[in-house]
Amino acid sequence: MILARVVGTIVATRKDPRLDGKKLLIIKPVTPEGKDEGSYLIAVDAVGAGFRETVIAVTGSSARMAEGCKDRPVDTAIIGIVDTISLDKGATKGS
Amino acid sequence: MYIGKVIGRVVSTVKDPGLASQRLLIVQPLTPAMQPTGKQIVCTDSIGAGAGELVYWTRGKESSFPFLPVEVPTDTTIVGIIDQLRVAG
Amino acid sequence: MLMARVIGDAVATVKNASHEGQKLLLVQPVQLDQTTPRGDAILAVDAVDAGPGDLVLLVTEGFSAMTAVGRPDSPIDMAVIGVIDRIDLVDAATPA
Repeated sequence: MILARVVGTIVATRKDPRLDGKKLLIIKPVTPEGKDEGSYLIAVDAVGAGFRETVIAVTGSSARMAEGCKDRPVDTAIIGIVDTISLDKGATKGS
Repeated sequence: MYIGKVIGRVVSTVKDPGLASQRLLIVQPLTPAMQPTGKQIVCTDSIGAGAGELVYWTRGKESSFPFLPVEVPTDTTIVGIIDQLRVAG
Repeated sequence: MLMARVIGDAVATVKNASHEGQKLLLVQPVQLDQTTPRGDAILAVDAVDAGPGDLVLLVTEGFSAMTAVGRPDSPIDMAVIGVIDRIDLVDAATPA
Protein backbone atom coordinates (compact mmCIF):
# COMPACT_ATOMS: atom_id res chain seq x y z
CA MET A 1 0.00 0.00 0.00
CA ILE A 2 1.13 3.52 -0.61
CA LEU A 3 0.42 6.94 0.82
CA ALA A 4 -0.81 9.45 -1.74
CA ARG A 5 -2.48 12.80 -2.09
CA VAL A 6 -5.60 13.37 -4.19
CA VAL A 7 -4.78 15.98 -6.83
CA GLY A 8 -7.51 15.65 -9.43
CA THR A 9 -10.31 13.81 -11.12
CA ILE A 10 -10.74 12.09 -14.46
CA VAL A 11 -13.88 12.15 -16.57
CA ALA A 12 -14.25 9.38 -19.14
CA THR A 13 -17.59 8.66 -20.79
CA ARG A 14 -16.47 5.84 -23.06
CA LYS A 15 -14.97 3.22 -20.79
CA ASP A 16 -15.26 -0.37 -19.66
CA PRO A 17 -18.87 -0.77 -18.42
CA ARG A 18 -17.64 -2.28 -15.16
CA LEU A 19 -16.16 1.12 -14.31
CA ASP A 20 -19.52 2.87 -14.70
CA GLY A 21 -20.35 4.86 -11.59
CA LYS A 22 -16.82 4.57 -10.23
CA LYS A 23 -15.05 7.77 -9.27
CA LEU A 24 -11.61 8.01 -10.87
CA LEU A 25 -9.13 10.14 -8.96
CA ILE A 26 -5.63 11.26 -9.83
CA ILE A 27 -3.30 10.64 -6.91
CA LYS A 28 0.35 11.50 -6.33
CA PRO A 29 2.40 9.26 -4.04
CA VAL A 30 3.80 11.11 -1.02
CA THR A 31 6.32 10.32 1.70
CA PRO A 32 5.03 9.91 5.26
CA GLU A 33 6.22 13.52 5.77
CA GLY A 34 3.86 14.63 3.01
CA LYS A 35 6.43 15.36 0.32
CA ASP A 36 5.58 14.46 -3.27
CA GLU A 37 7.50 11.50 -4.58
CA GLY A 38 7.39 10.00 -8.00
CA SER A 39 4.71 10.65 -10.50
CA TYR A 40 0.97 10.00 -10.47
CA LEU A 41 -1.54 7.17 -10.68
CA ILE A 42 -5.21 6.97 -11.57
CA ALA A 43 -7.19 5.15 -8.89
CA VAL A 44 -10.74 4.01 -8.32
CA ASP A 45 -12.10 5.60 -5.16
CA ALA A 46 -13.64 3.02 -2.82
CA VAL A 47 -14.02 5.27 0.24
CA GLY A 48 -15.28 8.69 -0.89
CA ALA A 49 -11.99 10.58 -0.76
CA GLY A 50 -11.79 14.27 -1.70
CA PHE A 51 -9.37 16.79 -3.16
CA ARG A 52 -6.12 17.31 -1.23
CA GLU A 53 -6.80 14.48 1.21
CA THR A 54 -4.01 12.08 2.03
CA VAL A 55 -5.12 8.53 1.28
CA ILE A 56 -3.98 4.93 1.37
CA ALA A 57 -3.96 3.25 -2.04
CA VAL A 58 -3.39 -0.35 -3.00
CA THR A 59 -2.00 -1.35 -6.38
CA GLY A 60 -1.88 -4.48 -8.49
CA SER A 61 -4.29 -7.39 -8.30
CA SER A 62 -5.01 -6.59 -4.63
CA ALA A 63 -6.89 -3.49 -5.78
CA ARG A 64 -9.81 -5.75 -6.69
CA MET A 65 -10.17 -6.72 -3.05
CA ALA A 66 -11.42 -3.19 -2.39
CA GLU A 67 -15.11 -2.55 -1.80
CA GLY A 68 -17.03 -2.76 -5.08
CA CYS A 69 -13.99 -3.57 -7.19
CA LYS A 70 -14.31 -7.34 -7.37
CA ASP A 71 -13.97 -8.69 -10.93
CA ARG A 72 -13.54 -5.21 -12.34
CA PRO A 73 -10.56 -3.97 -14.38
CA VAL A 74 -9.04 -2.02 -11.50
CA ASP A 75 -5.30 -1.95 -10.78
CA THR A 76 -5.21 0.90 -8.26
CA ALA A 77 -7.81 1.61 -5.55
CA ILE A 78 -8.09 4.09 -2.72
CA ILE A 79 -8.98 2.12 0.38
CA GLY A 80 -8.52 4.61 3.21
CA ILE A 81 -8.35 8.25 4.16
CA VAL A 82 -5.48 9.11 6.47
CA ASP A 83 -6.38 10.92 9.68
CA THR A 84 -2.90 11.25 11.14
CA ILE A 85 0.55 9.82 10.63
CA SER A 86 3.01 9.60 13.47
CA LEU A 87 6.64 8.92 12.82
CA ASP A 88 9.65 8.04 14.91
CA LYS A 89 11.84 10.87 13.62
CA GLY A 90 15.04 8.96 14.28
CA ALA A 91 13.85 6.04 12.18
CA THR A 92 13.16 8.11 9.09
CA LYS A 93 16.31 10.20 9.05
CA GLY A 94 17.74 10.35 5.59
CA SER A 95 14.58 9.17 3.88
CA MET B 1 3.00 -5.36 -24.08
CA TYR B 2 6.45 -4.21 -25.06
CA ILE B 3 8.23 -3.92 -28.39
CA GLY B 4 11.57 -5.68 -28.88
CA LYS B 5 13.96 -7.37 -31.24
CA VAL B 6 15.28 -10.92 -30.92
CA ILE B 7 19.05 -10.61 -30.74
CA GLY B 8 20.12 -14.01 -29.49
CA ARG B 9 19.31 -17.16 -27.61
CA VAL B 10 20.31 -18.85 -24.40
CA VAL B 11 21.03 -22.55 -24.08
CA SER B 12 20.67 -23.98 -20.60
CA THR B 13 20.89 -27.63 -19.65
CA VAL B 14 20.43 -27.45 -15.92
CA LYS B 15 17.19 -25.56 -15.37
CA ASP B 16 13.80 -25.72 -13.72
CA PRO B 17 11.86 -28.73 -15.08
CA GLY B 18 9.10 -26.31 -16.06
CA LEU B 19 11.48 -24.75 -18.56
CA ALA B 20 12.19 -28.07 -20.27
CA SER B 21 11.77 -27.79 -24.05
CA GLN B 22 11.33 -24.01 -23.82
CA ARG B 23 13.34 -21.82 -26.16
CA LEU B 24 14.96 -18.95 -24.35
CA LEU B 25 15.56 -15.90 -26.53
CA ILE B 26 17.43 -12.70 -25.73
CA VAL B 27 15.36 -9.62 -26.52
CA GLN B 28 16.44 -6.01 -26.76
CA PRO B 29 13.48 -3.74 -25.86
CA LEU B 30 12.94 -0.98 -28.45
CA THR B 31 11.16 2.35 -28.71
CA PRO B 32 8.69 2.85 -31.61
CA ALA B 33 11.59 4.62 -33.37
CA MET B 34 13.53 1.33 -33.13
CA GLN B 35 16.02 2.72 -30.64
CA PRO B 36 17.23 0.31 -27.93
CA THR B 37 15.76 1.11 -24.53
CA GLY B 38 16.49 -0.58 -21.23
CA LYS B 39 18.29 -3.81 -20.50
CA GLN B 40 18.31 -6.87 -22.70
CA ILE B 41 16.18 -9.62 -21.26
CA VAL B 42 15.62 -13.35 -21.60
CA CYS B 43 12.15 -14.34 -22.84
CA THR B 44 10.40 -17.63 -23.30
CA ASP B 45 8.86 -17.90 -26.76
CA SER B 46 5.24 -18.91 -27.37
CA ILE B 47 5.01 -18.30 -31.13
CA GLY B 48 8.27 -19.41 -32.75
CA ALA B 49 10.12 -16.13 -33.18
CA GLY B 50 13.53 -16.05 -34.86
CA ALA B 51 16.73 -14.06 -34.71
CA GLY B 52 16.38 -10.46 -35.84
CA GLU B 53 12.58 -10.43 -35.77
CA LEU B 54 10.56 -7.53 -34.39
CA VAL B 55 8.31 -8.95 -31.67
CA TYR B 56 6.12 -7.95 -28.77
CA TRP B 57 6.32 -9.51 -25.34
CA THR B 58 4.48 -9.50 -22.05
CA ARG B 59 5.73 -9.03 -18.54
CA GLY B 60 4.46 -10.62 -15.33
CA LYS B 61 2.47 -13.66 -14.40
CA GLU B 62 0.39 -13.52 -17.57
CA SER B 63 3.57 -14.43 -19.44
CA SER B 64 3.09 -18.03 -18.30
CA PHE B 65 -0.46 -18.28 -19.69
CA PRO B 66 0.39 -19.22 -23.30
CA PHE B 67 1.83 -22.47 -22.00
CA LEU B 68 -1.15 -23.56 -19.87
CA PRO B 69 -1.88 -26.17 -18.66
CA VAL B 70 1.89 -26.56 -18.39
CA GLU B 71 3.11 -24.29 -15.61
CA VAL B 72 6.18 -22.55 -16.90
CA PRO B 73 8.08 -20.35 -14.43
CA THR B 74 8.51 -17.33 -16.69
CA ASP B 75 7.83 -13.62 -16.32
CA THR B 76 8.67 -12.49 -19.86
CA THR B 77 7.29 -14.17 -22.99
CA ILE B 78 7.23 -13.31 -26.67
CA VAL B 79 3.57 -13.44 -27.75
CA GLY B 80 3.59 -11.99 -31.27
CA ILE B 81 5.69 -11.07 -34.30
CA ILE B 82 5.10 -7.49 -35.48
CA ASP B 83 4.58 -7.19 -39.24
CA GLN B 84 4.04 -3.46 -39.24
CA LEU B 85 4.25 -0.76 -36.61
CA ARG B 86 2.39 2.40 -37.57
CA VAL B 87 3.24 5.59 -35.73
CA ALA B 88 0.90 8.51 -36.38
CA GLY B 89 2.32 11.91 -37.31
CA MET C 1 -4.04 3.12 -14.14
CA LEU C 2 -2.13 5.64 -16.20
CA MET C 3 -2.99 8.26 -18.77
CA ALA C 4 -1.60 7.58 -22.22
CA ARG C 5 -1.77 9.07 -25.70
CA VAL C 6 -2.56 6.78 -28.63
CA ILE C 7 0.27 7.31 -31.13
CA GLY C 8 -0.23 4.41 -33.52
CA ASP C 9 -0.89 0.70 -33.78
CA ALA C 10 0.77 -2.59 -34.63
CA VAL C 11 -0.14 -5.31 -37.07
CA ALA C 12 0.89 -8.86 -36.24
CA THR C 13 -0.03 -12.02 -38.13
CA VAL C 14 1.81 -14.53 -36.01
CA LYS C 15 0.65 -14.06 -32.44
CA ASN C 16 -0.89 -15.77 -29.46
CA ALA C 17 -4.39 -17.04 -30.30
CA SER C 18 -5.93 -14.88 -27.56
CA HIS C 19 -4.81 -11.77 -29.47
CA GLU C 20 -6.70 -12.72 -32.65
CA GLY C 21 -9.22 -10.07 -33.61
CA GLN C 22 -7.91 -7.59 -31.05
CA LYS C 23 -6.63 -4.16 -31.98
CA LEU C 24 -3.11 -3.50 -30.70
CA LEU C 25 -2.62 0.18 -29.94
CA LEU C 26 0.76 1.85 -29.62
CA VAL C 27 0.37 4.17 -26.64
CA GLN C 28 2.73 6.59 -24.94
CA PRO C 29 2.09 6.96 -21.19
CA VAL C 30 2.15 10.65 -20.25
CA GLN C 31 2.55 12.84 -17.19
CA LEU C 32 -0.26 15.00 -15.78
CA ASP C 33 0.50 17.76 -18.31
CA GLN C 34 -0.81 15.23 -20.90
CA THR C 35 2.25 15.62 -23.13
CA THR C 36 5.49 14.79 -21.31
CA PRO C 37 6.31 11.10 -21.89
CA ARG C 38 6.40 8.81 -18.88
CA GLY C 39 8.63 5.91 -19.87
CA ASP C 40 8.62 4.20 -23.23
CA ALA C 41 5.68 3.69 -25.56
CA ILE C 42 4.08 0.25 -25.23
CA LEU C 43 1.47 -1.91 -26.95
CA ALA C 44 -1.94 -2.31 -25.34
CA VAL C 45 -5.03 -4.23 -26.37
CA ASP C 46 -7.93 -1.91 -27.16
CA ALA C 47 -11.15 -2.51 -25.20
CA VAL C 48 -13.00 0.71 -26.10
CA ASP C 49 -12.28 1.42 -29.79
CA ALA C 50 -9.86 4.27 -29.18
CA GLY C 51 -8.01 5.98 -32.03
CA PRO C 52 -4.87 7.98 -32.79
CA GLY C 53 -4.59 11.15 -30.73
CA ASP C 54 -6.99 9.98 -28.02
CA LEU C 55 -6.00 10.44 -24.38
CA VAL C 56 -6.85 7.11 -22.78
CA LEU C 57 -6.99 5.18 -19.51
CA LEU C 58 -4.38 2.43 -19.51
CA VAL C 59 -4.46 -0.50 -17.08
CA THR C 60 -1.04 -1.99 -16.46
CA GLU C 61 -1.93 -5.15 -14.61
CA GLY C 62 -2.75 -8.51 -16.15
CA PHE C 63 -6.14 -9.49 -14.76
CA SER C 64 -7.60 -6.05 -15.39
CA ALA C 65 -6.30 -6.07 -18.93
CA MET C 66 -7.48 -9.60 -19.70
CA THR C 67 -10.98 -9.16 -18.35
CA ALA C 68 -11.37 -5.80 -20.10
CA VAL C 69 -11.10 -7.61 -23.43
CA GLY C 70 -12.88 -10.75 -22.24
CA ARG C 71 -9.89 -13.06 -22.62
CA PRO C 72 -9.12 -14.59 -19.23
CA ASP C 73 -5.90 -16.56 -18.80
CA SER C 74 -4.29 -14.79 -21.74
CA PRO C 75 -0.85 -13.24 -22.05
CA ILE C 76 -2.20 -9.68 -21.97
CA ASP C 77 -0.62 -7.24 -19.52
CA MET C 78 -1.89 -3.85 -20.76
CA ALA C 79 -5.23 -2.65 -22.07
CA VAL C 80 -6.90 0.61 -22.97
CA ILE C 81 -10.13 0.65 -20.97
CA GLY C 82 -11.38 4.20 -21.33
CA VAL C 83 -11.19 7.39 -23.38
CA ILE C 84 -10.58 10.43 -21.18
CA ASP C 85 -12.91 13.36 -21.80
CA ARG C 86 -11.44 15.72 -19.24
CA ILE C 87 -9.13 15.88 -16.28
CA ASP C 88 -9.54 18.35 -13.43
CA LEU C 89 -6.62 19.16 -11.17
CA VAL C 90 -6.68 20.75 -7.73
CA ASP C 91 -4.55 23.65 -8.88
CA ALA C 92 -2.68 24.58 -12.02
CA ALA C 93 0.62 24.17 -10.20
CA THR C 94 0.13 20.44 -9.74
CA PRO C 95 1.61 19.06 -12.98
CA ALA C 96 5.27 18.39 -12.37
